[in-house]
Amino acid sequence: MTENANDLGRNTLKLVVVGHVDHGKSTVIGRLLYDTDSVNQGLVEKVRAISAETGQPFEFAFLLDAFEEERKQGITIDTTQLRFKTKARDYVIIDAPGHKEFLKNMISGASDAEAAFLVVDAGRGVEEQSRRHAHTLSLLGVEQIALIVNKMDLVSYDEKVYNQITKGIQDYLLSLGLRLTLSIPLAALLGDNVASPSKNFPWHKGPTLLEALDALTKEAADDSGLRLPLQDVYKFDDRRILAGRIESGQVKVGDRIVINPGHKLTTVVSLAAWLERDIKEAAKAGESVGLIVEDEYYNRRGEVISLVESPPIVSDRFKASIFWMGKKPLIPKRRYKLKLATSETEAEITEINHLIDSDTLAEKPSPGQVGLNEVAAVEIALNRPIPLDLFVNHKATGRFVLQDGYDVVGGGIVASVEERPPVHAGFAKGVITARCELFEEYFYHLSESMVNKIKPPKPHYAVGDKVPLRGRSFLYPDSFDIVVFRDLVAIKIRQGEVADIVTFNDYAYAGLPLINGRGFGVLVHSEAEWLKAQEEFAAMTPENEGVLAGRWLDFNAYRHIPIGGDDFSV
Amino acid sequence: MTSHLKALEAYSVFILREAYAKLGRLGLLWSIGKDSTVLLWLAKKAFFGHCPFPFIHVDTNFKIPEMIAYRDKTARELGLEMIVHQNVKALEEGMNPQMGRLTCCKALKTEALSQLTAKYGFEGLIVGVRRDEEGSRSKERIFSERGEADFWDYANQPPELWGQFKTDFPKGHHIRVHPLLQWNEIDIWRYIEEERVPVIDLYFSKNGYRYRSLGCEPCTGKIKSEALTVREIINELENTTVSERAGRAQDQEDAYAMQKLRRDGYM
Repeated sequence: MTENANDLGRNTLKLVVVGHVDHGKSTVIGRLLYDTDSVNQGLVEKVRAISAETGQPFEFAFLLDAFEEERKQGITIDTTQLRFKTKARDYVIIDAPGHKEFLKNMISGASDAEAAFLVVDAGRGVEEQSRRHAHTLSLLGVEQIALIVNKMDLVSYDEKVYNQITKGIQDYLLSLGLRLTLSIPLAALLGDNVASPSKNFPWHKGPTLLEALDALTKEAADDSGLRLPLQDVYKFDDRRILAGRIESGQVKVGDRIVINPGHKLTTVVSLAAWLERDIKEAAKAGESVGLIVEDEYYNRRGEVISLVESPPIVSDRFKASIFWMGKKPLIPKRRYKLKLATSETEAEITEINHLIDSDTLAEKPSPGQVGLNEVAAVEIALNRPIPLDLFVNHKATGRFVLQDGYDVVGGGIVASVEERPPVHAGFAKGVITARCELFEEYFYHLSESMVNKIKPPKPHYAVGDKVPLRGRSFLYPDSFDIVVFRDLVAIKIRQGEVADIVTFNDYAYAGLPLINGRGFGVLVHSEAEWLKAQEEFAAMTPENEGVLAGRWLDFNAYRHIPIGGDDFSV
Repeated sequence: MTSHLKALEAYSVFILREAYAKLGRLGLLWSIGKDSTVLLWLAKKAFFGHCPFPFIHVDTNFKIPEMIAYRDKTARELGLEMIVHQNVKALEEGMNPQMGRLTCCKALKTEALSQLTAKYGFEGLIVGVRRDEEGSRSKERIFSERGEADFWDYANQPPELWGQFKTDFPKGHHIRVHPLLQWNEIDIWRYIEEERVPVIDLYFSKNGYRYRSLGCEPCTGKIKSEALTVREIINELENTTVSERAGRAQDQEDAYAMQKLRRDGYM
């Protein structure tokens, strides 16, 4: 290792500086950089020259506000990031604009942060964007918020003003369920309490700005269980590699994993790498990896790999909190594109439950749309189920953006998901759903001396859908009833189409052949036998499973196992 | 490797894979310099030893001659698919830095890049710019759209959050992909040291001078330096407050020279 020893254990904290326009965010950062000699000479000279040209004193904000428009108008338009280091730690400091018009840029910057400094002008107090920014931070999952009461010189360094503002922010954060991490008074322009304590406020016993940085805590790596959204499947050579970034948890060789949607079970064989020295046995959150797995399923971008015991939810309906960044308002029934981790699908806002007033955090009744910079609680329906999580459980798979045409217009977090029985491959009519393995093909693989299963491409059948009656390993009659004992649901197939899906309570034996959820004949020939079979399967235990199967099922009525595989040597 | 470098590497790999999965025809701008050479290395890591897109060199015909020799040798050794492009018309008409540095940059770099983007129909150009290089780059997005005539609408950039990048845009527009945006100059050198990435030796001191940033011969100055190794360069950078691009003449033409150049499609 060639790094300096003191570099090895160092970590980097990402900090965003937010607040109302003109409360001095860029100046706070600029002054901090300047007082700690953290900017290069060239930039300092450039800013000195530009400031002199316009007859201004040295403009600390210009160290960050690089665009001509920003300097001319004295306003931050877009976010930027820069590196800063103290003795203790490295920082990425993110400057964010405070003007309402540029909230989307503030969000772009803040979405990356682990902690925030909220800057409030002592003279003007808490204003609209001060609260809106704090509210937005909570939606972005930034929970560590420190307060900087800036421009204390304008209120004669009055402790009462400082305490009042601190109390206001403290109360506001409490109603968001957040705790104010710390609070400091400052006069950034004059350098008061930036890098060294100021004698202008002897009443302040707390840290300077520089010390306040080191008082923040670094977020621990997300250890909420493995989530690895698939970015791509590579087959550049004889390796088939599932590529993606681990968003939370860890993965190691030998792990039993499940890939969703589709509930595809397999085992991690190895972690691929270009260089031999990068090949390893395990990887954790934040790492970009390539997995080689045991079973060759059809995999694609958008799937999520997890450990078998803690899979994500697979759903096409959920409730969410969203913030809107679109110039055109959000309208129910309009088709948007939703991007969540690496999934992309069409989405519709089925219900706007209420808006949330950022000033008071009160719920306002929905006016039927969500306007620019507004926050709302909504219900969302997707055109297909995707793997997702509640934001409180898994950040990366619990948040999404909404796109209208080419543009990102909103962001949101998954608040709750309607609980439903797991549907791996099945039938659904409203809330009535049943698992189904009727159309899976089995064949005897010669070279492996074992039976393999191929999953059918279409996972979902609704009323009116055609079902395949004939496959390589099954042949069903034109009309029959499927009885899924596991889900207590019956599916009526008439002339090859799903005619109805009903619960056992609403099902009457119709004299047609009965077939179970796996494609085996059910030996029922009368209403009485049907009732008896239902009763016995309802009381099934692991001990009598075999007995029941022998009594009620005919494995060979509709299925047979052909020989397949790739070994045809004679 | 430090956790900091590991995190930078992992994020850059994530970005490269997003670009490859979501954009149409893709190319990587390889300027022969340290940054785009690190980019080449990261692409190899992202795609497990393969480079599933061509490397592009915009050759102004004024590059430092060693750069061209190094380019051809490396491309041959690594088996890179190379696209080398010049704005032939401008060169035939005698374009050179004496006609104005910014005019020359615009013709031989911006316009040349625009010609080749159109010619090959690139939807994504991977570029090794970093935030700490200069002001207009500090405000960039990771996926940054270029519109009609390669125009960068910098005052109205789209939101970019949670690793959801701009991947939908009208036909004829393209995306500049910036996998190194969050790297600093010193990160690049520490990574080169740690990973033993081969770089062109113009960066190392000869007779008391070395190049800190590489460009066209007439417009790129050397700095005074005794650094003979990557480690010595790192030591030097740890103790300097001079900016990296101080030796690049086009940057100094006007306070907002780079902003203007980049608005019109410069890399």
